[in-house]
Amino acid sequence: MVVRVRIRPDMAIGRRAVAASISEEEAIIMSNSGRPLSPHLTIYRWPITMVLSILHRMTGVAMSIGLIVLAAWLMQTAAGPEAHLRFTYMMSTIVGQLLLIGWSFAFFFHAANGIRHLVWDTGRGFDKRQADRSAWFVVVFAVVVTAAFWWAAS
Amino acid sequence: MSLRSPLGRVLGLGSAKDGTDHWWAQRVSAVALLILGGWFGYSLIRLDSQTYLDVVRFIGQPLNAVLLALLSMTLAYHSYLGVQVVIEDYVHAPGTKVVSLLLSRFAHVFVAIAAVYAILVIGIGR
Repeated sequence: MVVRVRIRPDMAIGRRAVAASISEEEAIIMSNSGRPLSPHLTIYRWPITMVLSILHRMTGVAMSIGLIVLAAWLMQTAAGPEAHLRFTYMMSTIVGQLLLIGWSFAFFFHAANGIRHLVWDTGRGFDKRQADRSAWFVVVFAVVVTAAFWWAAS
Repeated sequence: MSLRSPLGRVLGLGSAKDGTDHWWAQRVSAVALLILGGWFGYSLIRLDSQTYLDVVRFIGQPLNAVLLALLSMTLAYHSYLGVQVVIEDYVHAPGTKVVSLLLSRFAHVFVAIAAVYAILVIGIGR
């Protein structure tokens, strides 16, 4: 990562002046200054709970993009039969179908893991083994329901 | 350069004024989406086909139109809350952060209005 540092007049005065006038931006630059860090993310074998945590966020962002496509589906339908056909044609291509399968998986995964989060909000299920088990349940549930959904829809 | 200490600058300002609002709104919209999303998934399976006439007939049913509008708005709201947290977590430069948050809000409002308008057009006709 390239870090650009703006030199301001008060920086030249000395360490104390720099420290006193530090901004949020400069604090971040300092934290990336190449000083040694404790080993984290990159060296650990990912536990399943960690995988699900990042997947929850990734599926969420994916569906934020999918929301645009949902709105486009409605707008194209409102625009008339030709526009609607153009949309359904685009979605019937291999890329379109893969995207739809991806978004449906994202929905079922995010929903199931969201329920897992709601249970945590009540203070339950934080035990390490319980968290691992609910994580695997969510993964299996999302895969099975996605498959069932496409089987039922076809 | 200010001579006030960091503590001096924040004393008396109170809390961040935000409290648990964001967190709670995310949970409430999540529960709503479990219901609305479940209904939408079920409706997609029930829909005979994705052809123009079937889709228009489906949205032409008032209850479907209302639920679909609710789904679109709640999705946009929940999505906005989520994307906001993602931006706040990863975008640190103050300028880029404010611009990203603004663009995200504009995009989400646009998508929600577009969806609801389209549903009205299909349901009521032009």
